[in-house]
Amino acid sequence: MVVAFIQRAIMQGIPLLFGSTGEILTEKSGNLNLGTAGVMYVGGISGVIGAFLYEQSVETLNPVLAVLIPLLSSMVGSLFMGLIYAVLTVTLRANQNVTGLALTTFGVGFGNFFGGSLIKLSGLDVPSITLTQTSLFFKKSLPFADKLGWFGEIFLSYSFLAYAAVAIAIVMSVYFNRTRSGLNLRSVGENPATADAAGINVGKYKYASICLGSIIAGLGGLYYVMDYACGIWSNDAFGDRGWLAIALVIFAIWRPNLSIVGSILFGGLFIVHNYIPNLSMSAQELFKMTPYVVTIIVLVIISMRRKREYQPPESLGLSYFREER
Amino acid sequence: MSSNNKVHEPLFHVVKRSNIPTWKSWIIRGLSILVALIICGLVTVIMTGENPFEVYGTMIKGAIGTERRIWTLAQNTAILLCVALAVTPAFKMKFWNIGAEGQVLVGGLATAACMIFLGDKLPTWLLFIVMFATSMLAGALWGFIPAFFKANWNTNETLFTLMMNYIAIQIVSYFCYEWSVPKGSGHIGTINGATEAGWLPAIGGKAYLCNILIVAAITVFMYVYLKYSKHGYEISVVGESENTAKYIGINVKKVIVRTMIMSGAICGIVGLLMVSGTDRTLTRDTAGGRGFTAIMVSWLAKFNPIYMIFTALLLVFLQRGAGEISTTFGLNESFSEILTGIIIFFIIGSEFFINYSLKFREKEANK
Repeated sequence: MVVAFIQRAIMQGIPLLFGSTGEILTEKSGNLNLGTAGVMYVGGISGVIGAFLYEQSVETLNPVLAVLIPLLSSMVGSLFMGLIYAVLTVTLRANQNVTGLALTTFGVGFGNFFGGSLIKLSGLDVPSITLTQTSLFFKKSLPFADKLGWFGEIFLSYSFLAYAAVAIAIVMSVYFNRTRSGLNLRSVGENPATADAAGINVGKYKYASICLGSIIAGLGGLYYVMDYACGIWSNDAFGDRGWLAIALVIFAIWRPNLSIVGSILFGGLFIVHNYIPNLSMSAQELFKMTPYVVTIIVLVIISMRRKREYQPPESLGLSYFREER
Repeated sequence: MSSNNKVHEPLFHVVKRSNIPTWKSWIIRGLSILVALIICGLVTVIMTGENPFEVYGTMIKGAIGTERRIWTLAQNTAILLCVALAVTPAFKMKFWNIGAEGQVLVGGLATAACMIFLGDKLPTWLLFIVMFATSMLAGALWGFIPAFFKANWNTNETLFTLMMNYIAIQIVSYFCYEWSVPKGSGHIGTINGATEAGWLPAIGGKAYLCNILIVAAITVFMYVYLKYSKHGYEISVVGESENTAKYIGINVKKVIVRTMIMSGAICGIVGLLMVSGTDRTLTRDTAGGRGFTAIMVSWLAKFNPIYMIFTALLLVFLQRGAGEISTTFGLNESFSEILTGIIIFFIIGSEFFINYSLKFREKEANK
């Protein structure tokens, strides 16, 4: 049962890991994207649309295309969301909080709208959006995983997207700390005026990190639908995971490598109520509160300790205009 | 700041405007809404394949077609406006309170608790006083917690208030199960359906009039408070520059905590209006995302309570109208959120052209 619990916790954690890694990348450039929830919705539904149209158009699915088409359409969808946010906040210097919230409204609406109307719009005669076939390709895990007992189940039983999430987080961590470009990006987030004076193209860095961050976050939505939900899209099922991903960013104190551990912990907290015997329905609701409480505690502690390396990027949430000081 | 040492001069560069006549800024906003409506029309036509004018006709009919719909429109506008009024003082001092959702919910929770446990024990007038007091207290507490940490340790309030929303949602879910009728269903159902104890009265047969009047009173209060009171002045100074505020002897910590308590208390009243005056029940969706929409309402209106009436009306009109489009053409009701999103993107974008102007190379005339 412990093995099953860890396995479920990791599966719950992967969408959060994608979301928080993307959000960390965005926040490191000084942009607080509260639209992550919307971006993840759009990432999920875009993948669904791609897979749905492909499944309906051919008789037998080509395994490579069945994975590539949803993957690409998901990335295009979330890139589009990232671009909206980047144009508004970087080029037009709009307020980041308002833009982010509008992006969430738009993205969640977009997801639920197409989730609810895709069948009618496509004019096809199918009862519901069930992409079991595509999902099977996404869920392919290593063939020898189940022969290795508990070790295989905990470490090797996941699909390629789950490993991709961990890999992206590790690469990101190295990028921030070990490369020149990562250092430049961090300086843009800390103090764009100084970065600008040092000859760093602030706008370019902000655009790149917002767009790439959105794409990564969107993959979280795709993983959720194709893997966790077995290819079945139901409106609002994704729930508060986008906001939980933002909470995870704080919990991991803006470090992608910590968010790997954090995501599994959050995933565990998210489902732990299923594993405690004799828990009433009402008490379960209280248990779902724990990730948020833990996040607040972390937030309070880092602000009290005032340790430099634990702080959010200094210009987080502020737009940069060169002629203003 | 940095000297431009490139030989090539860019086609245009961006200059901050010192100020712009009010009428000009409203023309820019009006134009942006017009463009947004055209885009929305295009999107709708692509989705439904209908004539755009017919679609907008449906929209207007859906929002104000019948007397009943006009009342619903007014009611929804009033509630959204009230949340927007609540968050405004905090925003004016650059305290990003995105926790209105949670503050409304705990206010609603307190109201529901009073109605359930005191509904048959207290006389009506006393019950209303207790309901108002507890809902305001609950909302104020939810606003006080992040403000306290912000004031003393500069804890990031955007993230803090965001987390408080979900704690409130889970607490409400907990009580939805505890108080559910029938037991274990997770739904409270109509509270005091038989006795109507703790229901805001229908004035002159109009169920929502009481809510609307309360919100109208709060609107006037907030306008006067922000514009003519000493508190309002302190809020704007803190918002413009914390150092200036300290220099002229304003206790910044006190202003932050006081303003957030008020902000939370008004949100608590919204919770009361929703539970006691509208739904007569409590669910985890009682706030219904208004806490977030209200931020856009307040910001679009430049934090002016009078303009907020119009921005709130615009957003609610869109929601109701787009809702009608989706039922008429058999689309999902989330269509309204897409339209709202598009329109807000355009209005947000238009602010750039109000605050900045583009200066083109060689041409000086572009002012």
